[in-house]
Amino acid sequence: MTTARHKAIDRSRRESTRHSRQSEAHRLIHPETHTDRSTLEDHWEEGEVHDDQLRLIFTCCHPSLALNAQVALTLRLLGGMETPEIARAFLVSDATIAQRIVRAKRKIREARIPYRVPGPAEIPERLDAVLAVVYLVFNEGYTASGGDALSRDDLCNEAIRLSRLLAELMPEESEALGLLALLLLTASRRHARTAEEGTMIVLAEQDRSLWDPNLIAEGRAIAAACVRRGRPGPYQLQATIAAVHSESVDAASTNWPQIVRIYDHLMAIAPSPVVALNRAVAVAEVDGPQAALSEIAELPLGSYHLWWATRGELLSRLGRRADAADSFARAIQLTSNNAEVTHLRFRMAALR
Amino acid sequence: MTQYMLSVHHDSIGAYEGADLTPDDMQRMYQQVDAFNNEVQAAGAWVFGGGLTLPDSATTVRNKSGELLITDGPYAETKEVLGGFWIIEAADLDEALAWARKGALACEGDVEIRPFQDEPS
Repeated sequence: MTTARHKAIDRSRRESTRHSRQSEAHRLIHPETHTDRSTLEDHWEEGEVHDDQLRLIFTCCHPSLALNAQVALTLRLLGGMETPEIARAFLVSDATIAQRIVRAKRKIREARIPYRVPGPAEIPERLDAVLAVVYLVFNEGYTASGGDALSRDDLCNEAIRLSRLLAELMPEESEALGLLALLLLTASRRHARTAEEGTMIVLAEQDRSLWDPNLIAEGRAIAAACVRRGRPGPYQLQATIAAVHSESVDAASTNWPQIVRIYDHLMAIAPSPVVALNRAVAVAEVDGPQAALSEIAELPLGSYHLWWATRGELLSRLGRRADAADSFARAIQLTSNNAEVTHLRFRMAALR
Repeated sequence: MTQYMLSVHHDSIGAYEGADLTPDDMQRMYQQVDAFNNEVQAAGAWVFGGGLTLPDSATTVRNKSGELLITDGPYAETKEVLGGFWIIEAADLDEALAWARKGALACEGDVEIRPFQDEPS
């Protein structure tokens, strides 16, 4: 049988098991309210399915659960993933994931974590937690924290599916839409970011004809709709940056000043060292590598491989080859993703 | 309804005693806790509550396979201090969390929320 057909069967199996798993989850969390299975099944048949899913998402991502438990529960109960798949994706043992899920389910029951959508006053904080879980799943999929493959498409696809669901369930929440736009626009570059031998290709060097035009069109339409609402948030602004990238045929013709301006906005509402680092990459294109280097010098990111990799790129552009090579070497020590390591080694070799 | 214990923890004896607080600060904290207690009672969520004396007035009965030994001091010698606790009734964890947040602000300490076991059915 072809791989494609295997995948198709796999998907249809997931779609059917997802439905029954969510029912199972509902009963598990509140056995007293669902002794009669047929009643619950009726609910699923009639439009209440959305309310149930929304309640389940907020339960899985309750702040009283540890983040890794929120992720495992969300993928198991809302996603189409089995315990061993989740374990493989996060490079931990089946037993670890199974234990996390069992523990979390027990806490949901014993501490009575409610199975409901939070009230308006709590929504912003609680929604942040839900979006963070989905974003974390996507990022782990997009650049796996270990292993040979740069990315894990199963996790990316699952994150996009969950993000679509959130946007559909909470269309009035601009950040839910912003996250979906961001994931679609990021995922559109998926096929351009690895060479045939699996080496990573950075944004500036990607063949943009390989970017997925459908994902770009959908992501840009959502990002534009967000901008019109005028209630910007971190995900929407990141989506807008990705949309600007998607408008240019190559790195050189990118509207870098506009990207710097959006990063300024992002730094104003959600400042973080990582945002500052990404902003500096755009600054390098507008004001040159020396300006960018000064901006990142003081960032507390000494244990983040991309800080060293960015520093290496900037030093290399300034002709400081030995310093650049040292930075790439530090970056290599700090990542366990083999595709990234190969890319960084290649950058280092080019400096000799 | 589920009963929850909201226990108040301080990271040192000094913090528990309010060593670096002025009499006015102490007065303010007592008033805050009083107001919180009244609010819990008015809402019908109150089961029990109270502040504890310092750990050095604790006594522990140690049980070594039925052989009992009385020792001076708390069960665990830790830097942290259990300052007191409330037992409240709440419909679910979110409701208990809402009380815990208010309680933490009132007593100016950390509050741990733990559900009681259900009665065996």
